This record gives sequence, structure tokens and C-alpha cells, in this order.
Amino acid sequence: MAGTGTAHLRDANETLLRVEHLVVDFPAARGAKVSAVADVSFDIAEGETLGLVGESGCGKSTAARAVMQLPAPTAGKVIFEGKDLAALHGEALRRLRPRIQIVFQDPISSLNPRRTVESIVGAPLKIWKLGDEAERRKQIDEALDAVGLDPDVARDKRPHEFSGGQCQRICIARSLVLNPKVLICDEPVSALDVSVQAQILNLLEDLKERYGLTMVFITHDLAVVKNVSDRVAVMYLGKICEIAGPDTLYASPAHPYTAALLSSIPVPDPEAPPRVSTLVSGELPSPLSPPSGCRFRTRCPRAQERCAVEEPQIRPVGEGQYVACHFPLVGGTAPDPETAVAASGPASGGNGAGSESPGETDSPSDAPAGTPELTTPGGP
Amino acid sequence: MPDRDSRDLVDLADIPSLAPTSTAAPVDLVSAEGGTPLLGRKARQGKLGVIGWLSLGWLVLISLAAILAPILPIPDPDEQTASLARQPPMTDGHILGGDGLGRDLFSRIIWGARASLTLAVCAILIGIVVGGLLGLVAGYFRGRTDGVLTAVFDVLLSFPQLILALTLVTVFASGEGVSGSRRMIFLILALGVVSVPVLARITRGSTLSWAQREFVQAARSIGARNRLIMFSEVLPNVLPAMFSVALLGVAVVIVAEGGLSVLGVGVQLPTPSWGNIIAEGRSDLTDSPHIVLWPTFVIFLTVFALNYLGDVVRAHFDVRESAL
Amino acid sequence: MIRSRRRVAPPPSGDFTSTNRRLLEVDDLKTHFRTPRGLVRAVDGVSFTLDRGRTLGLVGESGCGKSVLSRSIMGLLPSTADRSGEIRFGGIRLDELGPKALRDYWGTQLSMVFQDPMTSLNPVMKIGRQIAESLEVHTDMDKDQIRETALSLLRSVHIPEAERRLNQYPHELSGGMRQRVVIAIALACGPALLFADEPTTALDVTVQAQILDLLGEQQRERDMAVVLVSHDLGVVAGRTHDIAVMYAGQIVEMAPTRTLFAEVRMPYTEALLQSAPRVENPSHTRLAVIGGRPPDLIDPPKGCRFAARCPYVQPRCREEQPPLIEADTPGHVFRCWYPVGTDKGREALEKNLAAELPQAEAAVTGAAVAVEAS
Repeated sequence: MAGTGTAHLRDANETLLRVEHLVVDFPAARGAKVSAVADVSFDIAEGETLGLVGESGCGKSTAARAVMQLPAPTAGKVIFEGKDLAALHGEALRRLRPRIQIVFQDPISSLNPRRTVESIVGAPLKIWKLGDEAERRKQIDEALDAVGLDPDVARDKRPHEFSGGQCQRICIARSLVLNPKVLICDEPVSALDVSVQAQILNLLEDLKERYGLTMVFITHDLAVVKNVSDRVAVMYLGKICEIAGPDTLYASPAHPYTAALLSSIPVPDPEAPPRVSTLVSGELPSPLSPPSGCRFRTRCPRAQERCAVEEPQIRPVGEGQYVACHFPLVGGTAPDPETAVAASGPASGGNGAGSESPGETDSPSDAPAGTPELTTPGGP
Repeated sequence: MPDRDSRDLVDLADIPSLAPTSTAAPVDLVSAEGGTPLLGRKARQGKLGVIGWLSLGWLVLISLAAILAPILPIPDPDEQTASLARQPPMTDGHILGGDGLGRDLFSRIIWGARASLTLAVCAILIGIVVGGLLGLVAGYFRGRTDGVLTAVFDVLLSFPQLILALTLVTVFASGEGVSGSRRMIFLILALGVVSVPVLARITRGSTLSWAQREFVQAARSIGARNRLIMFSEVLPNVLPAMFSVALLGVAVVIVAEGGLSVLGVGVQLPTPSWGNIIAEGRSDLTDSPHIVLWPTFVIFLTVFALNYLGDVVRAHFDVRESAL
Repeated sequence: MIRSRRRVAPPPSGDFTSTNRRLLEVDDLKTHFRTPRGLVRAVDGVSFTLDRGRTLGLVGESGCGKSVLSRSIMGLLPSTADRSGEIRFGGIRLDELGPKALRDYWGTQLSMVFQDPMTSLNPVMKIGRQIAESLEVHTDMDKDQIRETALSLLRSVHIPEAERRLNQYPHELSGGMRQRVVIAIALACGPALLFADEPTTALDVTVQAQILDLLGEQQRERDMAVVLVSHDLGVVAGRTHDIAVMYAGQIVEMAPTRTLFAEVRMPYTEALLQSAPRVENPSHTRLAVIGGRPPDLIDPPKGCRFAARCPYVQPRCREEQPPLIEADTPGHVFRCWYPVGTDKGREALEKNLAAELPQAEAAVTGAAVAVEAS
């Protein structure tokens, strides 16, 4: 995986934000450099939510921050409303800042502990000198109200008087007050408890509708990303492996890494058939010296010689599904019969290593396998 | 004063916001604490307590005495009474007795506080403003700016501090006919220059960690300019660390002035300072030790109070932080 | 390398009666912390038992007392904590032992794996040294034996190139490898009871699966009892015999794992299960929401502690705290007057929905709840 290419990009006039060949290098010890993001391209249509998912070190956060030019990418284009953000500097870039806002993972670290909520949420208005005192106050109250905080109670308090979930609401209010077009959510619920996480996820969905937001949602949690996204891009070691609609991606992952991730999700159901969770043996290679060819090959059950030599290019394998793999699980040729069987384990979610039925190869979902009323999130 | 460098370096490591987050934790798997940071440390420090109040009281007392010296009912500090020379405390209503020239020691110590405290506070103010600014810039912009500034701080710090101050004062404000005020100004400048790199490093370290916080990124993403972020987002968070070090710095400068006085370039006589009272009293150390002991004791109390309050300030903000 | 280790489903359970296998009995354990704001009742009357070779999952949200509970049993509490109640470990009253006597149990009988492998390892000490340390204290092995044991421990936790690792420092290993080392150290002296406190929370999802498999494997091989503390019901679902759900310092539901998932009785457990997004559900599924936040442990409410957030709440819940009530399945207990899945519960919920109680609507429709105006 871990391939390059732009086959998955849509027509420029269909999209709001288009990222092409993004590269972000960081200096490492002894003059070396690490490419945290190595030639990544993606695009987002207006009103769409793109989920960026992957394990730590895959470059998902770095890519999203490079979109905001925080810091600017080493190479590549970030085209937003017809302008290449990466080519803008100084005042021209600053003028566009309010259009793209970000919500960070750690709500507490995202808020200046010495300021009141009113001053935090009102800071953007003040910086851009929008409205007078009374109008600003009105907008602050509206934003707080929109995120479910009572302005009269919250206004004069400081961040440490709030819980993590409430702090995240304050962060969201701050990012909304400038009426952004794009909201980047960088692991916004990872630091929160399950029950609070649900509140924030629902809130983001509501706000998206209410403010017509386009979102980039970064997370390591596959269940969360499925819940919020219209399109999901899976990243590994600075590259995109697969990009598809969430339902397609989860029902029939094409990339072995996607399949591996899916089968690693702990399912809150003891009756769920046990799966082979070791399909990804080993751990992430050092980004300092990524494997040649496909970056996933060192852990991939389907890896062949070709994978070490040639970097796979992103190509379509199905309706809206694109994959960077020489031997995808869907719509491709299996490397050779023997390996194909071995690799079907991960994708199948079947009955464990010992007893695999080839027929199940393409359905990783456990849903039909008997998750009774518990799975319905509706109610008791 | 001679070991000032090492001592400040220790303080640097103690400041919580400077310490790397993954500090060496206890290894012992079974005896390691953790889990309940909020509960475990809450009772710890950050409050004035009895000693803190006493320290604060002492500082207020000597500050008031120094400010009000001209109107306090105390003898003229320059008036020499031959019969009072080298007399022990409580002679003829002179609470602390007389110095070598028969001047009232109590009065000289109070007037000396004026010079010593003014000198120390002004010097540290220079350190805070200049050092703080440089440190903020270095820590905020990092990269090359930081490299150059840090190199400058390091060079300044590697001079023996006392010698540096001594040289500056000697070159610019010593010799015949130098006025007391010129000497004072150059003392302040010299000790200020010496405190700049120390405060700059503290500020830089603290800024480095605060500028990493996401609220700084958030401010940038809403279009705030660097100057605004530095002064209204970062600086307020860095101030506690600076303030606590500045308190210690005042103490160090008071002691340093004593050292310079002994070397003959302290506050210009006849204006008394704690340092030059001690310097003058050295010749009578064997016969009348009280002349040296009393100002030394006053310096001791003041330095202790400043150090203690510095620690309280630091602990206070440390606890606030961890409670977040 | 492809390794296919199959996760063996835990055998059916619910046996709380046999005494010979009994390892740990905790009776009315209370741990209160003295703070400037008042007494924080972090653990407030917890009782449970654990047999040899069994795994208990301890689940709850942050601040529910699950970590304090395991530390209380270990005796790893700061001086501001007051502990009361009985802790019997293999018949010995752990709560009556002094720090010195306890030290003999740590490592050899009771061991702990913490959440963050980076901070539980000493960054300036080689891996081999760190493993050897506890062996030196608790056994009379000579140098060669210790080295051999350390090696075999590293191999048993599936660390490749174990020989080389002995001379490496923690920062040279990846997060997953570090956690394996931490587990190896915890297992060094063959403890009878292992506390794993969020052992995978700091790790990536593929590594998490590996570490959980490893813990399960070691638990079976060594016939060890394990308390697996986690905030994630998914993590404990397939890997425990029993689960205890904690809320506000108390166990609110405890049952054999399968029973718990099949016959949820406690509304809080149900809410936990429903508020987590699941991959089986289609995209943009509205999540059920638990409104509000947990009660203040300094001044807990007099009725049920979950009442203020509960979709089933009735007047009685606010007045009278429910005891642990036995369910039909043996070993299944819960704290609720109007349990989920019973007629009483259904009526209560319908009544609340009819009255448009916000927390009931939030639980059913995921409607935005007014966040508590604290």
C-alpha cells in the first residue's frame, strides 16, 4: 500500500478542497529527515465529511495540519476556493485562516487556562474586529448555545472549571464563531469518555448540518470514523492505502491493511465469533527508513516480491473505492492461491484460524453473526 | 554569589513547566504511584502557611522601613558620635549600637535597605524586561532565532558573573569623583545585564512548552498575529515561572551587592547599603562582630523570605496546573 | 511473519461458590481521599471475589474509581487516602499488612501493568536490568539463572531477538514492545494475581489486539487471576470471565461476561453499550447519549447515583439507593429499582418518554441534551 497517485481525485469543480501530492518532512537526528506525509492526495466535496484514519505515526494529523498550513507542507498543493494555500504567505494566508478551522484532540490543552470562556470564544471576533461589543457578545452567546452550553453560566468561567467534554464544546464554539467553511477535527473525541464522546459526535453532526460545514475528521477509531464520515481514507506510514465510502470500506475492504484494522476492533459482544487478530504481525517500521515499494509489505500477509520493488499506485477497484495495492482483496488478482487463502482470514471475520470457509472471504462485518438488540442504538 | 550559575541551573530544572513531560518515573512496578494525580498532591504546598506569612510580613516591613526612612524617628545615618563607635547594641538608646565611625547601626541598616532593595529590584526589572522579551522571542520562534539567542545567553552565562559585574562597574563608574548616583545606575545596569541571560533562559524554557500547547495553534488558526499570540496567549502563562525566578533573583542581587561592596565597587559611600555596611565593618570584625552580624542577619532573613516566597509561587501555579 | 493464534473463548462461568479456587475476596472496600475540598469517596463499598485462573473485567468511565480500586487492593495508595473494608488474598488479610510485609507480596503474588509503558519503565536502565531487579529481590537465583529467566520471559511475551533486547533501553523499543516488557516484568516472579490497568489504552488498535491476546495467553498458561481494568466494554467483552461495571465509586452491575451482554439490567451498562459507535451500524447512525455527568464524589446523591442521568429514573430512585439485587442468572447482580429488560423498567421508560424527560429522549433518539449547567 501505501501508494501514491491521484486516480481517486474528482473533478476540480466538484470539490471544495483539493490536496495534491502533499509532502511534509520533519528534520530528524543527524541531518536526516522523516517524511511524515509522503505524497498524499485527497479531495473533499462541499458538505462532505472525509475521515482520515490510521494508527499513530501514519501522518493523518500532520496531513490535516498541513492543509491549514500549520506548519506549511514541504511540497504539494492545497487548493481551497481556487487558491493554492501552500503558495500563500503572510497576510494573504492570514486572511484565509478563518475559512478553515480546527478542533484538537486535547480540549484542555487547546484552551488558554488564564482566560475566560467569553474571551476565548470571542478572540476570533476581536482579532478580525467584527462587530461592536454588543454584537460580539450576541455571537459568542449564539456559539455557546449552539454547542449546548448555557452562555450565562459559562461566560465568565475559566477552562479548568469545566469537564473535558465541556472544554471540547468550548473549542468547537471558538472554531464556529468565524463561520468557517471547513472544520478539521483532529481526534476530537479520543480524550473523552464513551458517553461524552457520543454527545460530541452527535453535536458535530448537528452543527455540520446547521452551518453547512465541510469536515475532515481524523481519528484512530474505526467505529467513530465510520459513524461520521461520507468518505474514508486509510493511511499508513505517510501514504494513503485505500479510500472509499464508509459502508463499502467496512463491508469489503480492498486493502489488506484496512482489513487488518477492521478485524482488530474490539467488539463489545462476547458472542461475536473470535477472529484472527494477528493478521498484522510486527509493528510499524521506522518512518526514517520506510520499506521499499509498498510500505505495508513488511507486515502484509499477501506481500509478494513485486511489492518490494514497485510502489503501488492508487487505482479504482469498485464503485467509489480506490486502493493502492498490487494484490487487493477486492477487484484484483490474488497473488497466488496459497497466499490468498492465508490472507482471507483477516478479511473474513469468519470462524477463526482453524476453520475458515472461503465463501465468507469478503464479508468482514460481524453484524449478521448475531448481535441482537444490543447493537441497535435506538433504545431499549 | 560565586556559585550563582549552578544554582540557577538547578532552578531551571525545577520549574515544572520546563521539565519534560516524560520525566523519569519510578521504575518499580509495584510501588509506583500514579492514577490519582489530583488527589495525591493537592494538599502539597502552593499555600503561604505560617512561614510564608512571616516571610511576606518581613518583606513588607523592610520595604516600608526603606520607603519611610526619612520620616521615621531614627537618628541620622551619617551622624558620627565618637562615643558610639563600636558600641554594642542597646547603648544609649541605640538599638543595634554603633558602627566603626560611631554612626547608628539600626538607622544605617534601614537606610541601607533603601539602596539595597532599589538596586536589587531595578536590576531584576531590567532582567525581566530584557531577558523575558528575548526568552519569549527565542522560545516562541524557535529555529534559527532561538539558536542565535541561546548562544548569546550561553556566552553571557559562561562569564563568571561577579567578575562581569565588577568589570562593568569598574570601567564605567569607579575612580575619583564618581557620583553616588552614577555608581548606583551602573550597579543596576551591571547586575541587570548579569540577570538577563538567567531570566531569558527561564522564560525561553517555559515559553517552549507553552507555545507547544494547542491553544497557541488554535490562536494562529483563527488568524492571530505572532505578536498578539506571544503577549496575550503565551506570556500570561509564562509569567508565574518568571516571577518566581525573579524573586530568587532579587535575593541573589542583594547578596551580589554585598560581594561587590567588599571588592570596593558596591554602593558608593557615604550612602549606606547592606553590602557596604558589612564591607566597612570587616575591619572591626574581631572586636565588634555585631557591626557585620546584624546586616548579615537582615540579608539572611530577606533572602530566605524571597526564596521561600519564590517556591510558594512556583508550587502554587504548579498545583493549579496539575489540577487542570 | 504470520502467526495465527486463536483466541479461546472463555468457558462459561458464574461459579461464585467454590472455595478452594478462591484467590481474592474483597468485602465492603472503601477508599476515601482527604482533599482540601472534602472527602472524595473514590471507592465506596465495593465487594467481589475472584478465583484462580479467572479474569475479571473492571469497566467504567474516568473517575468511576476503577483504577483506585485496583490500587487499593494492591496497597498502592498515597498518604492522603483512607482505606477500610476487608481484602483477603488466599486467606490472608492484605488490608492488615504493613508496607513492609506487603512488599513481599508485590511482584511475587500481586503484580500490576500500567497504562503507559513509557512511564512505567525506567528510561535510563537497560531492559535486562529492569527484569532482573525483581528477580534479585524475590528469588535466590544466581546471575546466570536470572539472565536465563529474563530471556525466557522476553521470549514468552513474544519479543523478537530477546537476546539483543536485554541490552537495550526502553526508548529503543516501540510502544507495543515496551508494554510487552512491562508485562514480562510483572510476570517475572509468577504472580497469582495480575492487575492490568488500561494496559492497551496508549497503544494502537492492531497492537492492542496483540497485547490483549498475550495477556490472555499468559493468564491461561500460568493459571493466573487477572483484573483487566478498561474504559472500553469492547476490550473486556471477549477476554474476561466476569465483568464488573463501576459507576461513581460503586459496582453497579456484575455478571458473567456473556450474561452481562445478553441480559443487561443496569441502565448505566446499557447506556455505555449504546453510546459507543459500532462498525456494524451504517454511517451517520445517531448515537444514544447519556446526558449530564457523574455525581460529585464528595457529596454523592442519597438515592441511586445514576438517577440524575438515567432514562428510567423514577421518584424512588432519587430517594432510596438500590442495593445489589440478584438477577435470575446466578452471579448476576445489579443496582437498580427499575431494571432494563423487565416490565418495571419498560413501564418506567415509557412513563419518562411520555413525560418528555430529556435524558430518556436522549437515550432513545440521541437528541441533543441540554448539558448540565454546572
